[in-house]
Amino acid sequence: MGLTGLFLVTFLIVHAGVNACIFINDGGATFNAAAHFMSHNWVIRIMEIGLFAGLIAHILQGLLLWKQNTAARPTKYAMSAANENSKWYSRSMGILGSLLLIFLVIHISKFFVGTKVAMYADGGANDASHNLYLEMKEEFQKWWVVLIYSLGVISLFWHLLHGFQSAFQTLGINHKRYTPLIKTIGVGYTFIICLLFLLMPIAFYFGWIQ
Amino acid sequence: MEHYNMNLTLKVWKQKNTNASGSFEIYQVKDISSEMSFLEMFDVLNEQLILEGKEPIAFDHDCREGICGMCSMYINGRAHGPWEKNTTCQLHMRAFKDGDTIVVEPWRSKAFPVIKDLMVNRSAFDRIIQAGGYISVNTGNAQDANALPIDKKNADDAFMAAACIGCGACVAACKNSSAMLFVSAKVSQLALLPQGQPERESRVLNMVAQMDKEAFGNCTNTYACEAECPKGISVSNIARLNREYLSASLSTEE
Ligand code: HEM
Ligand code: SF4
Ligand code: FES
Repeated sequence: MGLTGLFLVTFLIVHAGVNACIFINDGGATFNAAAHFMSHNWVIRIMEIGLFAGLIAHILQGLLLWKQNTAARPTKYAMSAANENSKWYSRSMGILGSLLLIFLVIHISKFFVGTKVAMYADGGANDASHNLYLEMKEEFQKWWVVLIYSLGVISLFWHLLHGFQSAFQTLGINHKRYTPLIKTIGVGYTFIICLLFLLMPIAFYFGWIQ
Repeated sequence: MEHYNMNLTLKVWKQKNTNASGSFEIYQVKDISSEMSFLEMFDVLNEQLILEGKEPIAFDHDCREGICGMCSMYINGRAHGPWEKNTTCQLHMRAFKDGDTIVVEPWRSKAFPVIKDLMVNRSAFDRIIQAGGYISVNTGNAQDANALPIDKKNADDAFMAAACIGCGACVAACKNSSAMLFVSAKVSQLALLPQGQPERESRVLNMVAQMDKEAFGNCTNTYACEAECPKGISVSNIARLNREYLSASLSTEE
């Protein structure tokens, strides 16, 4: 869980970085170039397989945890004051992760599959003219798409707020001096990544970028 | 602190034996002194029940001074009740007000089956200790206490970990019924000292294997255990356990 979680954490930095190219506001030229590089460079393509493997491993580990941990307490407490001893989101990683998964399925089927279809259908005839930026722009005109995206990013926010520092503890890193630093970096990372992801659909929806 | 008396409604878990289903019973107690301990309040209630010809409530206790770890009670949704770093025997009735309703349940975990009412079987902890919580010593005269040099920081950390009284509050409070805080305290206490070195690797592997066999859940770092531990055992011990486990797994060949 710790290793796969941190792996996904590093992936998100790259993903958010590429997405942030839209804020250059050059009609998507930089973003499309970056997206084209990401989908055609063979090193990235191999890493993509690793990413899916990592995500699936993370989900399977999560499922196993959920199964074993619910079995470990067959009778629930009639009264539980859990908020007195822990944060709600630290106890809700499974739910938050599942919400994320629903979002990811929609997200991947729209943009990832869209790019692959353009690249390979009809012998790649539409590859050169494929404009991911324009596709995003159109997609984010629909209020309900913006809503689903926002909910996805909010789930991600809480998932990471606990997950980032949790991964270090799982890997055995808990240090008087460095752990407070890790926690601060985790909070900073979570805020920056989620803000970038959230700004994207919202900026398109309100026409802040062309 | 001002002394006062109170009348209380108690909602207590009653269960005949491990296999019975169990349910809550409601009791009234009167004129409870704010200076009584929570267990003394239960003594008053049990005497009242005996006089009425009813069956008293079974609960565990031994030292009544916060060091044996027997007094397992889940009080108003918290292990050992509302006070921080505290056992049930050291919880005083001044934590409550006249007219309060108090809900009392046993520890709830698959690994801690209820024996009767509020008593649970914590033998799973004993079996974990048997799996590796020991050291090898030579027989004969005890050697001079200062013969073994020990780093001050390690000695302090080992002492802190050794404060664990095996009460099971960490398991009871954890949403996953994980025993990681307990096991990490027991592993740390020996791994930090020279006497613990000969079995250092086999100890952590065997104790973790036994922990998994006992059907405790897995740690997801909610840190509820640390918040509810009467002895303030730190979750930094869990990180040490993870380190010890990782390095032992990588360096042994079994
Ligand atoms: C696809 C959906 C996902 C699901 C179903 C999921 C599920 C889970 C679950 C159940 C945990 C459990 C650990 C706990 O309770 O603390 C967890 C931990 C974690 N997740 Fe996810 N997750 C998903 C996506 C992600 C993504 C996209 C990231 C990162 C960008 C991520 C990063 C982490 C991290 C860092 C941890 C903490 C690891 C640890 O404490 O060892 N997860 N996840
Ligand atoms: S770690 Fe704390 S809560 Fe857990 S058994 Fe030891 S003393 Fe009790
Ligand atoms: S009775 Fe011994 S710790 Fe409470």
